Amino acid sequence: MIIDIADNVAIALAAIMTLLFVATAIAWPQRKKKHELWLRTRTWWVIILLLAVSIVLPSWVPIALFGLISFLAFKEFVTLIPTRRADHRVLLWAYLSIPLQYYWVSIGWYGMFIIFIPVYIFLALPLRMVLAGETQGFIKAAGTVHWGLMIAVFSLSHAAFLLALPASGNPVAGGDGLLLYLLLLTEINDVGQYCSGKLLGKHKVVPKVSPNKTVEGLVGGVIITTLVAMLAAPYLTPLSWYEAGAIGFVLALAGFAGDVTISAVKRDLKLKDSGSLLPGHGGVLDRVDSLTFTAPLFFHIVYFLYY
Amino acid sequence: MTMSRWLRRLFALCVLRPVAIMMLGITVRGRENLPTSGPAIIVANHNSHLDTLVLLSLMPYRHIDIVRPVAAADYFLSNRYLAWFSLQILNILPLERGNAARGEDPLQESAAALDRGEILIVFPEGSRGAAEIMGKFKGGVARLKERYPSVPVIPVFLQGAGKALPRGEIVLVPVVVDAVVGTEVPWTGNRAQYTAEMESAVRALGASLPKVFDDEED
Repeated sequence: MIIDIADNVAIALAAIMTLLFVATAIAWPQRKKKHELWLRTRTWWVIILLLAVSIVLPSWVPIALFGLISFLAFKEFVTLIPTRRADHRVLLWAYLSIPLQYYWVSIGWYGMFIIFIPVYIFLALPLRMVLAGETQGFIKAAGTVHWGLMIAVFSLSHAAFLLALPASGNPVAGGDGLLLYLLLLTEINDVGQYCSGKLLGKHKVVPKVSPNKTVEGLVGGVIITTLVAMLAAPYLTPLSWYEAGAIGFVLALAGFAGDVTISAVKRDLKLKDSGSLLPGHGGVLDRVDSLTFTAPLFFHIVYFLYY
Repeated sequence: MTMSRWLRRLFALCVLRPVAIMMLGITVRGRENLPTSGPAIIVANHNSHLDTLVLLSLMPYRHIDIVRPVAAADYFLSNRYLAWFSLQILNILPLERGNAARGEDPLQESAAALDRGEILIVFPEGSRGAAEIMGKFKGGVARLKERYPSVPVIPVFLQGAGKALPRGEIVLVPVVVDAVVGTEVPWTGNRAQYTAEMESAVRALGASLPKVFDDEED
Protein backbone atom coordinates (compact mmCIF):
# COMPACT_ATOMS: atom_id res chain seq x y z
CA MET A 1 0.00 0.00 0.00
CA ILE A 2 1.27 3.44 -0.86
CA ILE A 3 0.87 5.82 2.00
CA ASP A 4 -0.17 9.15 0.63
CA ILE A 5 1.35 11.68 2.98
CA ALA A 6 4.10 14.21 2.52
CA ASP A 7 7.50 13.31 4.01
CA ASN A 8 7.32 16.40 6.17
CA VAL A 9 4.02 15.29 7.62
CA ALA A 10 5.45 11.89 8.48
CA ILE A 11 8.48 13.51 10.14
CA ALA A 12 6.23 15.90 12.04
CA LEU A 13 4.06 13.04 13.26
CA ALA A 14 7.17 11.30 14.52
CA ALA A 15 8.34 14.51 16.21
CA ILE A 16 4.95 15.04 17.88
CA MET A 17 4.94 11.51 19.17
CA THR A 18 8.44 11.97 20.55
CA LEU A 19 7.22 15.07 22.36
CA LEU A 20 4.26 13.14 23.65
CA PHE A 21 6.63 10.53 25.03
CA VAL A 22 8.43 13.33 26.87
CA ALA A 23 5.12 14.75 28.16
CA THR A 24 4.03 11.28 29.21
CA ALA A 25 7.29 10.83 31.10
CA ILE A 26 6.77 14.18 32.89
CA ALA A 27 3.16 13.33 33.75
CA TRP A 28 3.89 9.68 34.64
CA PRO A 29 4.31 10.22 38.41
CA GLN A 30 0.82 11.78 38.53
CA ARG A 31 -1.04 9.03 36.68
CA LYS A 32 -2.48 7.52 39.87
CA LYS A 33 -3.95 10.83 41.00
CA LYS A 34 -5.37 11.41 37.51
CA HIS A 35 -3.68 14.77 37.43
CA GLU A 36 -4.71 17.24 34.78
CA LEU A 37 -1.45 16.93 32.82
CA TRP A 38 -1.73 13.14 32.77
CA LEU A 39 -5.32 13.19 31.51
CA ARG A 40 -4.44 15.85 28.99
CA THR A 41 -1.45 13.93 27.69
CA ARG A 42 -3.52 10.78 27.43
CA THR A 43 -6.12 12.65 25.40
CA TRP A 44 -3.42 14.02 23.14
CA TRP A 45 -2.22 10.46 22.53
CA VAL A 46 -5.69 9.41 21.48
CA ILE A 47 -6.07 12.41 19.18
CA ILE A 48 -2.63 12.06 17.61
CA LEU A 49 -2.83 8.29 17.11
CA LEU A 50 -6.31 8.53 15.59
CA LEU A 51 -5.09 11.38 13.45
CA ALA A 52 -1.98 9.51 12.33
CA VAL A 53 -4.16 6.64 11.20
CA SER A 54 -6.88 8.75 9.64
CA ILE A 55 -4.58 11.20 7.87
CA VAL A 56 -3.49 8.50 5.40
CA LEU A 57 -7.15 7.72 4.67
CA PRO A 58 -9.46 9.91 2.55
CA SER A 59 -9.85 13.36 4.13
CA TRP A 60 -13.47 12.77 5.19
CA VAL A 61 -12.20 10.28 7.78
CA PRO A 62 -10.21 12.76 9.91
CA ILE A 63 -12.98 15.33 9.33
CA ALA A 64 -15.53 12.84 10.70
CA LEU A 65 -13.19 12.26 13.62
CA PHE A 66 -13.34 15.96 14.50
CA GLY A 67 -17.12 15.76 14.09
CA LEU A 68 -17.15 13.02 16.70
CA ILE A 69 -15.05 15.11 19.08
CA SER A 70 -17.48 18.01 18.60
CA PHE A 71 -20.42 15.70 19.28
CA LEU A 72 -18.89 14.42 22.50
CA ALA A 73 -17.91 17.92 23.64
CA PHE A 74 -21.35 19.33 22.89
CA LYS A 75 -23.06 16.39 24.59
CA GLU A 76 -20.99 17.08 27.67
CA PHE A 77 -21.95 20.76 27.55
CA VAL A 78 -25.67 19.95 27.18
CA THR A 79 -25.41 17.58 30.14
CA LEU A 80 -23.72 20.14 32.34
CA ILE A 81 -25.85 23.19 31.67
CA PRO A 82 -29.29 23.20 33.22
CA THR A 83 -31.71 23.30 30.29
CA ARG A 84 -35.43 23.91 30.17
CA ARG A 85 -37.82 21.01 29.79
CA ALA A 86 -39.46 22.80 26.90
CA ASP A 87 -36.24 22.80 24.90
CA HIS A 88 -36.06 19.09 24.18
CA ARG A 89 -36.64 19.50 20.43
CA VAL A 90 -34.45 22.60 20.34
CA LEU A 91 -31.55 20.50 21.60
CA LEU A 92 -32.27 17.97 18.90
CA TRP A 93 -31.95 20.71 16.27
CA ALA A 94 -28.72 21.84 17.84
CA TYR A 95 -27.35 18.30 17.63
CA LEU A 96 -28.39 18.00 13.99
CA SER A 97 -26.24 21.02 13.15
CA ILE A 98 -23.12 18.98 13.97
CA PRO A 99 -23.22 16.53 11.04
CA LEU A 100 -24.28 19.36 8.73
CA GLN A 101 -21.42 21.62 9.82
CA TYR A 102 -18.90 18.83 9.20
CA TYR A 103 -20.57 18.00 5.91
CA TRP A 104 -19.89 21.57 4.74
CA VAL A 105 -16.29 21.04 5.83
CA SER A 106 -15.98 17.74 3.96
CA ILE A 107 -17.15 19.27 0.67
CA GLY A 108 -14.97 22.32 1.27
CA TRP A 109 -17.88 24.81 1.06
CA TYR A 110 -16.23 27.67 2.90
CA GLY A 111 -19.11 30.17 2.55
CA MET A 112 -21.58 27.83 4.24
CA PHE A 113 -19.08 26.54 6.80
CA ILE A 114 -18.34 30.04 8.03
CA ILE A 115 -21.95 31.25 8.43
CA PHE A 116 -23.97 28.11 9.13
CA ILE A 117 -23.76 28.12 12.95
CA PRO A 118 -23.12 31.86 13.56
CA VAL A 119 -26.04 32.91 11.32
CA TYR A 120 -28.49 30.19 10.29
CA ILE A 121 -28.43 28.12 13.48
CA PHE A 122 -28.30 31.34 15.50
CA LEU A 123 -31.61 32.31 13.91
CA ALA A 124 -33.16 28.84 13.77
CA LEU A 125 -32.75 27.93 17.44
CA PRO A 126 -34.78 30.83 18.88
CA LEU A 127 -37.40 30.23 16.18
CA ARG A 128 -37.78 26.64 17.34
CA MET A 129 -37.89 27.89 20.93
CA VAL A 130 -40.70 30.29 20.10
CA LEU A 131 -42.64 27.42 18.53
CA ALA A 132 -42.20 25.49 21.77
CA GLY A 133 -43.85 28.47 23.42
CA GLU A 134 -42.01 28.74 26.72
CA THR A 135 -40.88 32.31 27.48
CA GLN A 136 -39.59 31.82 31.01
CA GLY A 137 -35.78 31.70 30.79
CA PHE A 138 -35.85 32.26 27.03
CA ILE A 139 -32.79 34.52 26.67
CA LYS A 140 -30.63 32.37 28.87
CA ALA A 141 -31.62 29.18 27.07
CA ALA A 142 -31.08 30.66 23.62
CA GLY A 143 -27.74 32.07 24.70
CA THR A 144 -26.30 29.02 26.39
CA VAL A 145 -27.26 26.49 23.72
CA HIS A 146 -25.83 28.63 20.95
CA TRP A 147 -22.70 29.39 22.94
CA GLY A 148 -22.15 25.66 23.37
CA LEU A 149 -22.44 25.12 19.62
CA MET A 150 -20.00 27.96 18.94
CA ILE A 151 -17.39 26.52 21.30
CA ALA A 152 -17.81 22.80 20.75
CA VAL A 153 -18.77 22.69 17.09
CA PHE A 154 -18.05 25.89 15.18
CA SER A 155 -14.65 26.58 16.76
CA LEU A 156 -13.41 23.01 16.58
CA SER A 157 -14.57 22.56 13.00
CA HIS A 158 -11.94 25.12 11.97
CA ALA A 159 -9.28 22.52 12.73
CA ALA A 160 -11.05 20.14 10.35
CA PHE A 161 -11.40 22.76 7.63
CA LEU A 162 -7.62 22.98 7.38
CA LEU A 163 -7.85 19.57 5.68
CA ALA A 164 -10.29 20.93 3.12
CA LEU A 165 -8.06 23.83 2.04
CA PRO A 166 -6.56 23.53 -1.46
CA ALA A 167 -3.12 21.89 -1.41
CA SER A 168 -1.68 24.71 -3.53
CA GLY A 169 -1.71 27.09 -0.56
CA ASN A 170 0.81 24.98 1.34
CA PRO A 171 3.15 23.25 -1.14
CA VAL A 172 5.39 21.75 1.55
CA ALA A 173 2.82 19.73 3.50
CA GLY A 174 -0.78 20.60 2.47
CA GLY A 175 -3.73 20.71 4.87
CA ASP A 176 -2.36 17.80 6.85
CA GLY A 177 0.73 19.87 7.64
CA LEU A 178 -1.30 22.86 8.80
CA LEU A 179 -3.46 20.70 11.05
CA LEU A 180 -0.42 19.02 12.57
CA TYR A 181 1.24 22.39 13.08
CA LEU A 182 -1.85 23.67 14.94
CA LEU A 183 -2.07 20.57 17.12
CA LEU A 184 1.68 20.65 17.78
CA LEU A 185 1.61 24.28 18.94
CA THR A 186 -1.50 23.83 21.04
CA GLU A 187 -0.04 20.79 22.73
CA ILE A 188 3.41 22.36 23.24
CA ASN A 189 1.70 25.33 24.81
CA ASP A 190 -0.34 23.14 27.19
CA VAL A 191 2.76 21.31 28.33
CA GLY A 192 5.03 24.39 28.26
CA GLN A 193 2.70 26.46 30.43
CA TYR A 194 2.28 23.61 32.87
CA CYS A 195 6.01 22.94 33.21
CA SER A 196 7.17 26.54 33.48
CA GLY A 197 4.34 27.22 35.91
CA LYS A 198 5.43 24.30 38.07
CA LEU A 199 9.10 25.30 37.98
CA LEU A 200 8.88 29.08 38.27
CA GLY A 201 5.26 29.90 39.07
CA LYS A 202 4.71 32.62 41.70
CA HIS A 203 2.22 35.26 40.63
CA LYS A 204 -1.32 34.16 39.87
CA VAL A 205 -2.93 35.49 36.68
CA VAL A 206 -6.62 34.81 37.31
CA PRO A 207 -6.82 33.55 40.91
CA LYS A 208 -10.61 33.52 41.01
CA VAL A 209 -10.97 31.41 37.89
CA SER A 210 -7.97 29.11 37.90
CA PRO A 211 -5.63 29.39 40.89
CA ASN A 212 -2.98 27.18 39.28
CA LYS A 213 -2.30 29.55 36.41
CA THR A 214 0.68 31.83 36.98
CA VAL A 215 2.24 34.70 35.07
CA GLU A 216 5.50 32.74 34.92
CA GLY A 217 3.72 29.71 33.43
CA LEU A 218 2.00 31.87 30.84
CA VAL A 219 5.23 33.66 29.84
CA GLY A 220 7.13 30.37 29.69
CA GLY A 221 4.43 28.86 27.49
CA VAL A 222 4.49 31.88 25.18
CA ILE A 223 8.29 31.70 24.78
CA ILE A 224 8.37 27.94 24.15
CA THR A 225 5.41 28.00 21.76
CA THR A 226 6.81 30.95 19.80
CA LEU A 227 10.18 29.21 19.40
CA VAL A 228 8.64 25.90 18.33
CA ALA A 229 6.34 27.76 15.92
CA MET A 230 9.34 29.35 14.20
CA LEU A 231 11.33 26.11 14.13
CA ALA A 232 8.55 23.91 12.74
CA ALA A 233 7.03 26.42 10.27
CA PRO A 234 9.34 25.73 7.26
CA TYR A 235 8.53 22.01 7.38
CA LEU A 236 4.78 22.18 7.76
CA THR A 237 3.55 25.61 6.61
CA PRO A 238 4.12 28.33 4.03
CA LEU A 239 4.73 30.84 6.88
CA SER A 240 7.84 33.02 7.01
CA TRP A 241 9.79 33.04 10.29
CA TYR A 242 8.27 36.26 11.57
CA GLU A 243 4.73 35.22 10.63
CA ALA A 244 5.31 31.92 12.41
CA GLY A 245 6.65 33.72 15.48
CA ALA A 246 3.60 35.97 15.60
CA ILE A 247 1.28 32.96 15.20
CA GLY A 248 3.10 31.07 17.98
CA PHE A 249 2.69 34.09 20.24
CA VAL A 250 -1.03 34.47 19.44
CA LEU A 251 -1.75 30.74 19.80
CA ALA A 252 -0.02 30.58 23.19
CA LEU A 253 -2.27 33.37 24.50
CA ALA A 254 -5.32 31.83 22.83
CA GLY A 255 -4.61 28.41 24.33
CA PHE A 256 -4.39 30.02 27.74
CA ALA A 257 -7.65 31.90 27.13
CA GLY A 258 -9.45 28.71 26.05
CA ASP A 259 -8.20 26.87 29.09
CA VAL A 260 -9.34 29.48 31.61
CA THR A 261 -12.63 30.04 29.77
CA ILE A 262 -13.66 26.42 30.22
CA SER A 263 -12.44 26.67 33.83
CA ALA A 264 -14.78 29.62 34.32
CA VAL A 265 -17.66 27.61 32.82
CA LYS A 266 -16.99 24.79 35.24
CA ARG A 267 -16.84 27.20 38.14
CA ASP A 268 -20.12 28.74 37.11
CA LEU A 269 -21.68 25.27 37.09
CA LYS A 270 -20.17 24.63 40.55
CA LEU A 271 -18.22 21.67 39.21
CA LYS A 272 -14.91 22.83 40.63
CA ASP A 273 -16.27 23.63 44.04
CA SER A 274 -17.71 20.18 44.55
CA GLY A 275 -14.23 18.89 45.37
CA SER A 276 -13.46 16.18 42.88
CA LEU A 277 -14.70 16.37 39.36
CA LEU A 278 -17.33 13.85 38.45
CA PRO A 279 -15.89 11.10 36.30
CA GLY A 280 -16.72 11.72 32.68
CA HIS A 281 -17.61 15.31 33.40
CA GLY A 282 -14.01 16.41 33.17
CA GLY A 283 -14.00 14.73 29.81
CA VAL A 284 -13.83 15.98 26.28
CA LEU A 285 -14.59 19.67 26.63
CA ASP A 286 -12.02 19.98 29.34
CA ARG A 287 -9.36 18.34 27.22
CA VAL A 288 -9.91 20.31 24.03
CA ASP A 289 -10.44 23.63 25.80
CA SER A 290 -7.29 25.27 24.43
CA LEU A 291 -7.99 23.97 20.93
CA THR A 292 -11.41 25.64 20.87
CA PHE A 293 -9.59 29.00 20.92
CA THR A 294 -6.44 28.19 18.94
CA ALA A 295 -8.19 26.46 16.00
CA PRO A 296 -10.28 29.37 14.69
CA LEU A 297 -7.50 31.95 15.25
CA PHE A 298 -4.88 29.84 13.49
CA PHE A 299 -7.25 29.06 10.65
CA HIS A 300 -8.19 32.66 9.98
CA ILE A 301 -4.65 34.01 10.16
CA VAL A 302 -3.39 31.38 7.70
CA TYR A 303 -6.48 31.79 5.52
CA PHE A 304 -5.97 35.55 5.39
CA LEU A 305 -2.29 35.25 4.53
CA TYR A 306 -2.22 32.36 2.03
CA TYR A 307 -5.66 31.42 0.65
CA MET B 1 -30.43 -21.86 23.68
CA THR B 2 -33.84 -20.56 22.80
CA MET B 3 -34.52 -17.95 20.16
CA SER B 4 -35.35 -15.21 22.65
CA ARG B 5 -32.10 -15.74 24.52
CA TRP B 6 -30.21 -15.19 21.28
CA LEU B 7 -32.25 -12.12 20.46
CA ARG B 8 -31.63 -10.79 23.95
CA ARG B 9 -27.87 -11.07 23.42
CA LEU B 10 -28.14 -9.52 19.99
CA PHE B 11 -30.15 -6.64 21.44
CA ALA B 12 -27.58 -6.13 24.20
CA LEU B 13 -24.72 -5.99 21.70
CA CYS B 14 -26.34 -4.07 18.86
CA VAL B 15 -28.67 -1.66 20.68
CA LEU B 16 -27.99 -1.51 24.39
CA ARG B 17 -24.20 -1.07 24.29
CA PRO B 18 -24.07 1.36 21.32
CA VAL B 19 -26.82 3.56 22.78
CA ALA B 20 -25.22 3.40 26.21
CA ILE B 21 -21.79 4.35 24.89
CA MET B 22 -22.46 6.75 22.01
CA MET B 23 -25.77 8.45 22.67
CA LEU B 24 -25.54 8.58 26.41
CA GLY B 25 -22.05 7.78 27.63
CA ILE B 26 -23.10 6.55 31.04
CA THR B 27 -20.81 7.42 33.92
CA VAL B 28 -21.07 5.09 36.89
CA ARG B 29 -19.92 5.68 40.41
CA GLY B 30 -19.91 2.78 42.85
CA ARG B 31 -20.05 0.11 40.15
CA GLU B 32 -18.43 -2.27 42.66
CA ASN B 33 -21.64 -2.11 44.71
CA LEU B 34 -23.71 -3.75 41.97
CA PRO B 35 -24.73 -7.30 42.90
CA THR B 36 -22.41 -9.92 41.45
CA SER B 37 -24.95 -12.73 41.81
CA GLY B 38 -28.64 -13.22 42.45
CA PRO B 39 -30.95 -13.08 44.20
CA ALA B 40 -30.85 -9.31 44.67
CA ILE B 41 -33.09 -6.28 44.23
CA ILE B 42 -31.93 -3.06 42.59
CA VAL B 43 -34.08 -0.05 43.42
CA ALA B 44 -33.74 3.16 41.42
CA ASN B 45 -35.53 6.43 40.81
CA HIS B 46 -37.47 6.58 37.57
CA ASN B 47 -37.53 9.38 34.98
CA SER B 48 -37.55 7.79 31.59
CA HIS B 49 -37.91 4.55 29.66
CA LEU B 50 -34.16 4.80 29.23
CA ASP B 51 -33.69 4.04 32.93
CA THR B 52 -34.38 0.36 32.34
CA LEU B 53 -31.94 0.29 29.43
CA VAL B 54 -29.31 2.13 31.47
CA LEU B 55 -29.56 -0.34 34.34
CA LEU B 56 -29.58 -3.31 31.97
CA SER B 57 -26.44 -2.01 30.27
CA LEU B 58 -24.69 -1.65 33.64
CA MET B 59 -25.24 -5.28 34.57
CA PRO B 60 -22.55 -7.78 33.60
CA TYR B 61 -23.20 -9.59 30.35
CA ARG B 62 -23.21 -12.99 32.05
CA HIS B 63 -26.27 -12.01 34.10
CA ILE B 64 -28.28 -11.18 31.00
CA ASP B 65 -30.85 -13.93 31.59
CA ILE B 66 -31.36 -13.41 35.31
CA VAL B 67 -31.86 -9.61 35.35
CA ARG B 68 -35.60 -8.91 35.45
CA PRO B 69 -36.98 -5.37 35.26
CA VAL B 70 -40.26 -5.31 37.17
CA ALA B 71 -42.65 -3.40 34.92
CA ALA B 72 -46.32 -2.47 34.88
CA ALA B 73 -48.34 -5.05 32.96
CA ASP B 74 -51.03 -2.53 32.01
CA TYR B 75 -48.43 -0.49 30.10
CA PHE B 76 -45.85 -2.95 28.83
CA LEU B 77 -48.29 -5.67 27.83
CA SER B 78 -50.79 -3.22 26.36
CA ASN B 79 -50.28 -4.40 22.77
CA ARG B 80 -48.82 -7.60 21.39
CA TYR B 81 -45.68 -6.06 19.83
CA LEU B 82 -44.69 -4.20 22.95
CA ALA B 83 -45.59 -7.25 25.00
CA TRP B 84 -43.38 -9.51 22.89
CA PHE B 85 -40.47 -7.06 23.12
CA SER B 86 -40.93 -6.52 26.87
CA LEU B 87 -41.21 -10.20 27.72
CA GLN B 88 -38.73 -11.72 25.29
CA ILE B 89 -36.05 -9.06 24.93
CA LEU B 90 -36.22 -6.91 28.04
CA ASN B 91 -37.19 -10.01 30.02
CA ILE B 92 -39.53 -8.01 32.23
CA LEU B 93 -41.44 -9.39 35.17
CA PRO B 94 -44.96 -8.05 34.64
CA LEU B 95 -46.56 -6.45 37.67
CA GLU B 96 -50.32 -5.94 37.83
CA ARG B 97 -50.80 -2.45 39.19
CA GLY B 98 -53.65 -2.11 41.64
CA ASN B 99 -54.38 -5.81 42.08
CA ALA B 100 -53.60 -5.70 45.79
CA ALA B 101 -56.94 -3.92 46.07
CA ARG B 102 -58.56 -6.90 44.36
CA GLY B 103 -57.16 -9.19 47.02
CA GLU B 104 -54.45 -10.80 44.86
CA ASP B 105 -50.81 -10.97 45.84
CA PRO B 106 -48.95 -8.61 43.50
CA LEU B 107 -45.60 -9.85 44.70
CA GLN B 108 -46.09 -13.51 43.87
CA GLU B 109 -44.13 -13.30 40.61
CA SER B 110 -41.34 -11.25 42.17
CA ALA B 111 -41.03 -13.65 45.08
CA ALA B 112 -40.84 -16.59 42.70
CA ALA B 113 -38.10 -14.80 40.75
CA LEU B 114 -36.09 -14.24 43.91
CA ASP B 115 -36.53 -17.92 44.74
CA ARG B 116 -35.01 -18.70 41.33
CA GLY B 117 -32.02 -16.50 42.19
CA GLU B 118 -32.85 -13.66 39.78
CA ILE B 119 -31.92 -9.98 40.09
CA LEU B 120 -34.94 -7.67 40.14
CA ILE B 121 -34.85 -4.10 38.90
CA VAL B 122 -37.57 -2.11 40.64
CA PHE B 123 -38.59 1.52 40.29
CA PRO B 124 -40.45 2.02 43.57
CA GLU B 125 -41.89 5.38 42.51
CA GLY B 126 -44.28 3.26 40.48
CA SER B 127 -44.20 5.57 37.43
CA ARG B 128 -41.83 7.90 35.64
CA GLY B 129 -43.59 11.01 36.88
CA ALA B 130 -42.26 14.44 35.97
CA ALA B 131 -38.79 14.28 34.45
CA GLU B 132 -35.92 14.41 36.93
CA ILE B 133 -38.14 14.94 39.95
CA MET B 134 -38.22 12.06 42.38
CA GLY B 135 -41.61 10.96 43.68
CA LYS B 136 -42.53 9.00 46.80
CA PHE B 137 -41.57 5.34 46.99
CA LYS B 138 -44.27 2.69 47.20
CA GLY B 139 -44.16 -0.19 49.64
CA GLY B 140 -43.70 -3.28 47.46
CA VAL B 141 -39.97 -3.69 47.93
CA ALA B 142 -40.31 -3.44 51.71
CA ARG B 143 -42.84 -6.30 51.61
CA LEU B 144 -40.41 -8.40 49.60
CA LYS B 145 -37.57 -7.51 51.94
CA GLU B 146 -39.66 -8.52 54.92
CA ARG B 147 -40.20 -11.91 53.32
CA TYR B 148 -36.56 -12.23 52.15
CA PRO B 149 -34.44 -10.29 54.68
CA SER B 150 -31.20 -11.82 53.40
CA VAL B 151 -31.70 -10.66 49.78
CA PRO B 152 -29.65 -7.46 49.34
CA VAL B 153 -31.47 -4.29 48.25
CA ILE B 154 -29.10 -2.01 46.32
CA PRO B 155 -30.07 1.65 45.83
CA VAL B 156 -29.17 3.37 42.55
CA PHE B 157 -29.66 7.02 41.63
CA LEU B 158 -30.06 7.79 37.95
CA GLN B 159 -29.82 11.24 36.46
CA GLY B 160 -29.97 12.56 32.93
CA ALA B 161 -32.20 9.97 31.29
CA GLY B 162 -35.19 12.21 31.94
CA LYS B 163 -33.41 14.92 29.98
CA ALA B 164 -32.42 12.56 27.17
CA LEU B 165 -35.87 11.05 26.76
CA PRO B 166 -38.54 12.58 29.01
CA ARG B 167 -41.99 11.14 29.36
CA GLY B 168 -44.11 11.82 26.31
CA GLU B 169 -41.15 12.39 23.96
CA ILE B 170 -40.26 9.94 21.24
CA VAL B 171 -36.92 11.37 20.11
CA LEU B 172 -33.82 10.79 22.15
CA VAL B 173 -31.43 13.70 22.69
CA PRO B 174 -27.88 12.64 23.61
CA VAL B 175 -27.13 13.46 27.24
CA VAL B 176 -24.60 11.91 29.60
CA VAL B 177 -26.44 9.76 32.14
CA ASP B 178 -25.08 9.51 35.66
CA ALA B 179 -25.61 6.39 37.70
CA VAL B 180 -24.59 6.33 41.34
CA VAL B 181 -24.72 2.91 42.98
CA GLY B 182 -24.91 2.78 46.77
CA THR B 183 -24.42 0.04 49.29
CA GLU B 184 -27.09 -2.37 50.48
CA VAL B 185 -29.96 -0.94 52.57
CA PRO B 186 -30.28 -3.29 55.59
CA TRP B 187 -33.69 -4.45 56.80
CA THR B 188 -35.03 -2.23 59.57
CA GLY B 189 -37.77 -4.51 60.87
CA ASN B 190 -40.56 -2.16 59.83
CA ARG B 191 -42.02 -1.82 56.34
CA ALA B 192 -42.97 1.85 56.33
CA GLN B 193 -39.67 2.77 57.90
CA TYR B 194 -37.79 0.63 55.38
CA THR B 195 -39.50 2.29 52.43
CA ALA B 196 -38.56 5.70 53.81
CA GLU B 197 -35.00 4.50 54.41
CA MET B 198 -34.67 3.25 50.83
CA GLU B 199 -36.05 6.47 49.45
CA SER B 200 -33.62 8.60 51.41
CA ALA B 201 -30.73 6.30 50.43
CA VAL B 202 -31.49 6.86 46.74
CA ARG B 203 -31.99 10.59 47.30
CA ALA B 204 -28.68 10.87 49.16
CA LEU B 205 -26.83 9.26 46.25
CA GLY B 206 -28.14 11.98 43.96
CA ALA B 207 -27.35 14.85 46.27
CA SER B 208 -23.84 15.39 44.92
CA LEU B 209 -24.82 15.60 41.26
CA PRO B 210 -25.31 18.94 39.49
CA LYS B 211 -28.90 19.81 38.63
CA VAL B 212 -30.26 18.91 35.26
CA PHE B 213 -33.09 21.30 34.55
CA ASP B 214 -33.30 25.04 34.92
CA ASP B 215 -36.91 25.04 36.03
CA GLU B 216 -36.68 22.46 38.79
CA GLU B 217 -38.83 23.11 41.81
CA ASP B 218 -37.08 22.40 45.08
